Amino acid sequence: MGLLTGLRDSITRVTERLFSASDPKRIGIYGPPNAGKTTLANRIARDWTGDAIGPESHVPHETRRARRKENVEIERNGRTVTIDIVDTPGVTTKVDYKEFLEHDIDEEDAVRRSREATEGVAEAMHWLREDVDGVIYVLDSTEDPFTQVNTMLIGIIESQDLPVLILANKTDLEDSNIKQIENAFPQHQTIPLSALEGDNMDEVYDKIAEYFG
Amino acid sequence: MEMPEATPTDPDGDGVQIDLISGARMEDLASMEKIRLILDGVRDGNIVILEEGLSPDEESKLIEVTMTEISPDEFNGIEIETYPRSETADRSFLDRLMGRESTKKLTVIGPANQIQTLHKDENLISALVSRK
Repeated sequence: MGLLTGLRDSITRVTERLFSASDPKRIGIYGPPNAGKTTLANRIARDWTGDAIGPESHVPHETRRARRKENVEIERNGRTVTIDIVDTPGVTTKVDYKEFLEHDIDEEDAVRRSREATEGVAEAMHWLREDVDGVIYVLDSTEDPFTQVNTMLIGIIESQDLPVLILANKTDLEDSNIKQIENAFPQHQTIPLSALEGDNMDEVYDKIAEYFG
Repeated sequence: MEMPEATPTDPDGDGVQIDLISGARMEDLASMEKIRLILDGVRDGNIVILEEGLSPDEESKLIEVTMTEISPDEFNGIEIETYPRSETADRSFLDRLMGRESTKKLTVIGPANQIQTLHKDENLISALVSRK
């Protein structure tokens, strides 16, 4: 990228952010499959709008389309922060339809789900490059965070200069290891929570207001 | 640009071809040419090793294009490994402002059903490669 082109792009990006400050920010919920992204999206949507966003499931790739919930108004310390929440399909570099067969899904349905899952991941990547203003990155705190997908996605988010909050989810489970996630991404703030149980949501909302307000 | 056929060829198909692509070979290619070069190799069952890796934007497009090419019983996607990105603190403010980023990191890419990462840390990637 040339020096001038780079500078122009940077200035355009900054001015776009400044002048669109009154519009609700689109906050993408990203992370690997089964991290609890939809559970979190539903928790936030139910807490502030009364509606859910989409079905939650233990079967990976249950969310196969990006879903947006508009105008979620979060009240913090006397002020209101309005965001659009975009729940995205879990990102991966591989999808094998045979993995769905292990969840009592017949072959035809498994092939259909795997095709939809691949379309969903492609869609999520496109949203990340073009259409979100900030990212909530959700990780399952019982799993090793040092995966290639996490490394690449955090790198992509950083290269776009998007504000990002890392959430260490599933703290209600015995194997939860928050420290491991903090160590994996020391350059970002990590907030522990259980989206399923609603534990520590106050801190999550405080940080959403601080980062994306 | 296509990778030349490995010579001597492997008529029995009992070997695994490894393409080590230098930074110099990649630097004049457009993003989509790089992605095509990688995916064409991987879809032939080859292991592709990039001396200098891809930019974050190219990695994002690689994931997107990979997804569009996955097809049941034919291509399940890719396994990709790089050393963890060095701390962003290494970049100066001007580098960040200009979007300049050091992307020079060895990257290994292979078909998901043929390569399995055994171990990865900041200095070592250990992978098990199987035949088709």
